[in-house]
Amino acid sequence: MGQFLRDLQTYSFLQYALFAGLLTSISCGIIGSYVTVRRITYIAGAIAHCTLGGMGAARFLQKEYAFAVTPLQGAVAAALLAACLIALVKHYGSQREDTVLSAIYSIGMAIGIFFISRTGGYNEDLMSYLFGDILMVSQKDLLLIGILDLIVVSVVLLFYNKLISVCFDEEFARISGIRVKLFDLLLLLMIALTVVLLVQVVGIVMVVAMLTLPAAGAGLLVKRLWHMMVTAILLCLLCTTGGLAISYQLDFPAGATIIIMAGTVYFFIIALKRRWKKA
Amino acid sequence: MKKIVIDVQNMSFSYGSSAILEDVTFSVKEREMIGVVGPNGGGKTTLLRLMLGLLKPDKGTITVLGKSPEKSSHRIGYVPQHRLFDPLFPVSVLDVVMMGRVGKSWGGPFTREDREIAAQALRDVDLYDRHQAAFADLSGGQRQRTLIARALASSAELLFFDEPTANVDSFAEQNIYNLLSELNKKLTIIVVSHDVGFVSRYVSSVICVNRLVYIHPTCEIDGKSIKDIYGTDLTMVRHDHRCSEKGHTWVNF
Repeated sequence: MGQFLRDLQTYSFLQYALFAGLLTSISCGIIGSYVTVRRITYIAGAIAHCTLGGMGAARFLQKEYAFAVTPLQGAVAAALLAACLIALVKHYGSQREDTVLSAIYSIGMAIGIFFISRTGGYNEDLMSYLFGDILMVSQKDLLLIGILDLIVVSVVLLFYNKLISVCFDEEFARISGIRVKLFDLLLLLMIALTVVLLVQVVGIVMVVAMLTLPAAGAGLLVKRLWHMMVTAILLCLLCTTGGLAISYQLDFPAGATIIIMAGTVYFFIIALKRRWKKA
Repeated sequence: MKKIVIDVQNMSFSYGSSAILEDVTFSVKEREMIGVVGPNGGGKTTLLRLMLGLLKPDKGTITVLGKSPEKSSHRIGYVPQHRLFDPLFPVSVLDVVMMGRVGKSWGGPFTREDREIAAQALRDVDLYDRHQAAFADLSGGQRQRTLIARALASSAELLFFDEPTANVDSFAEQNIYNLLSELNKKLTIIVVSHDVGFVSRYVSSVICVNRLVYIHPTCEIDGKSIKDIYGTDLTMVRHDHRCSEKGHTWVNF
């Protein structure tokens, strides 16, 4: 652990990585709780995979035509677009929801791979999109991460009561005059933004694990939604910081280490709870 | 002269090509307690959902509190069946009751007034001492009372119940019905129930729903006559069969 702490004082990339982890943990804990209690991890998964399309297209435009777009911005656009599409299909479409989600999932990825293959140079970026590379986070990325985080937190602070009502009992919410479709869309957009943050940290493939494992673990420990959010944030902080430190020290891939840590924490909580019940 | 709060005129509704409700006409006056009975699949829940504005009639009109159901639904307290809820959802009893207040503001935190109204609603259903408990840890009857408190907290003028005594024990059932009679002193109540015995004891009129809809005052079909006509543990299917065989008579209030 000493090496990590020493280098943290010297290298800015490590400081950025740590900050990215801390900031992401906040939205991850909050939005992860919604995703878990609402049982919509498959939607989060579809949005996550769809971001590859945005990142691939943005990188293509950036490298081939010198557009001023970063892959992270492309991911934001793709995720928001996917969220809107899903909301549209959910509320107005007559298609099966899972079919449409699979389509968004795979077409998004296909578009990403298409653009990456058309972009010159090495394709090492593809790996970092899929499996995350928290050590690659730049100062500019960090700013965008901070802004997205701020948006997610303020929306949830303002509309916590509306969102919990919609998640708990959509029908009652609608009857009592809440604009359910609007808040459902709002929640999907917040999920989209959080997914983008997480793609930076753990990569497209492992986003869903990070959204659900800490929140599900927290859900086993507490009995109210906002308690669950706070606990989930703490667990996320533990996993991102701990995972980063361990991976740096032992030269493991950071994203994978964070996820393995999240999984370990989750199973540890389950085991702990079983022992409690027996005792 | 009591005000009419629900007025349904020549209303029909179908899912696709199968007619669920046909040419339904009835009205409910304020502070009435009406039971809605009928066989499964007969359209009871559909009728309730139409009156809540969750479904739109194909023909005819529904007026609730002088307006369309969509515009009046926030003045209706809807109490669904408690078993429809996710037992893993992390909410406290008070959290659930506070949801009755959420439609009253644009967002932000609850006001002191919201909290007081919710606390009073919990006292009204005699559950205030459990307000910090997790909703999932309650018994069926307590959950049902929590949902009633949520409807009360919304300051509703009409209360709609969907099978309020399904999946609760008989003691809790008695409690809930006593509570309904108490609430009925101030509010108009509509109860969907499969329980014929309940219908005769507590409500002033019964709406029989099986595609066609008829309304009777219970003074004409009191507990004894229901027993005489249908026997004691008669299912709703037979009840309805007999109803249509004998033919219903329209009663003007």
